[in-house]
Parts: sequence; C-alpha cells; structure tokens
Amino acid sequence: MKVAITSSGNSLDSKLDQRFGRCGFFIIYDTDTKGMEFIPNPNKDALEGAGPASVQLIASKGIKKVVSGEFGIKVKTLFDSLQIQLIVLKDSEKKISDIIEFLNK
Amino acid sequence: MSPRPFKLRKISNPPIISGLKPYGNMKSEVEPGTVFLNIEEYEALRLCDYNMLNHHQASEKMDISRPTLTRIYARARQKIAEALVLGKQIIIEGGKIYFDSEWFSCKACGCYFNNPDKQEEIKECPLCKSNSFSNYEQTYIEPEGSMTRCSDICICPDCGFEQPHRFGCPCKEEICPKCLNNMVRKDTPHSRNL
Repeated sequence: MKVAITSSGNSLDSKLDQRFGRCGFFIIYDTDTKGMEFIPNPNKDALEGAGPASVQLIASKGIKKVVSGEFGIKVKTLFDSLQIQLIVLKDSEKKISDIIEFLNK
Repeated sequence: MSPRPFKLRKISNPPIISGLKPYGNMKSEVEPGTVFLNIEEYEALRLCDYNMLNHHQASEKMDISRPTLTRIYARARQKIAEALVLGKQIIIEGGKIYFDSEWFSCKACGCYFNNPDKQEEIKECPLCKSNSFSNYEQTYIEPEGSMTRCSDICICPDCGFEQPHRFGCPCKEEICPKCLNNMVRKDTPHSRNL
C-alpha cells in the first residue's frame, strides 16, 4: 500500500511539513516494496488552489493514506470522496525517517 | 459590503435512498408533482426525529446555529406534509452541504486520523498500529461569560451535584438527590448568579 508524507526537505532527516497543499516535497512510500519516491511539489508557490491540485497529484499515484500536519476544508472533502485516509500529526518534530519507521511496524 | 458567507451544513450520513414514491392514487389521473427535499433538511429530520436529539444537540452535529437548524427542520416538515397531503413524490437532492467522516485520535502517537470507508471498522491506529485510540469530536471552547450556549447538564445550586439533563424534563423540576433542592441548567447566566 502506498502512503504519501508531506516533507519540508528532500532527505530522510527533514521534518514533516505542517501544510498539505504548499508543502515542499511529497514522499511516496510503498509499505510492500519499501520503495520510496520524492516528488517536489509543483504547487508550492501557487496563489490559490494548491490543495485541490495536490490532491489530484496524490490521487494519480494511487495512494491510500496521507500523513500531514493539517488539511484544509476543500482538501478534506475531496479526500473523503476519493476514500483516501488522512492522518494528522500536529505540532510534531518528527522526521520523515521516524514516520517511515512507524509505518513499518 | 458583501453579505456574510453562507455556512455549509455538515452531513455525517448521506440518505440511502434518493426519494420516495406514493402509490394507490385514488383521485386524479395526472401525477401531482414532486417535492424536492434538500439533503440538509433530510439530515435535520434524521437527527431530530429519528435520533431523537433536541435542536441544540442537532445543530452542533451539523455545525450550524440552533435557530438555523430550527428553520431547516421546519422547512423539512412543511415539505413532507405537503408530499403526504397532496400525494406528491419526494426527491432528496441538493443543498449547500459537505460530508465529514468520523475522526479518531490516537493516544500512543498523538495523531488524528479519519475513516474514509464507513463500511469498514477501524481496529488500529494507521500510523503506530496501537489500539489505544478514541473517537475524536471537535470540541468548541466557548469563551467565558458567553450567553449563547449552555451545557446539557443539570446542576444543584447548593451542593454542586451534577447530572446529565434529561430531554423533555425542565431542570427546575429535577430534584437534587443529596439536598432535595430544585436544580438549574449549568453554565447559564442564571446559574452563574446563584
């Protein structure tokens, strides 16, 4: 199963990004093959509609879970209709490697 | 000045049917027409009449104010009465709404997660796989001294004994089991003065 994690940088030591639509990078982790993919967010500096555009990106990759700090109101309804599970980690200083470790348990 | 933005109504369960049809029309040959019931009106009716909540509790479920819920509810009853009396069919559609899924909070890792698939029950936290999670309801903290809302708890003004308010029983008719006084509703301006 594929999980998307929002990250502020492009390494495993970077922290979880607290925003979903305008995060720095999406890290797509496959729990079955342990494969990882870093995607720079094309909507990082978008004036508006960054959330829905990012949802489209996530949905096109066949992802079932998304980990982020916060989801906006437009994004929540979209993910609900796509049946993608949202996981919110608020004010967390967790690194990407910590989260991947959690998912591997 | 632009008007105040319209508040979207929160719907937890969409209706399982998209309408109802009458049968056995004795009087007229022509179809009497259709009543369009909004989804928000259906939800108000479901919360108030099926789940037996009072308007205050139902309005919190739909994330709107109590007077707004009462207005929606009155409209729903009016439409259903019209359908019954005139033999019209009911179609449930439309309304300015959004769907919200159930949210949970995990005690082990401190995360929040939702359940997008209502048919499937959640057994463990999707992140840390622990099963110490609980249903998370967004609680709105009312500023001190607010007049708009009160809690659903009856309190004894003398000894401070509390019990959940019973629907349909005025608090002042409830008797405190400890000091046999009449009770009042908690957090109202009246109870604060006592």
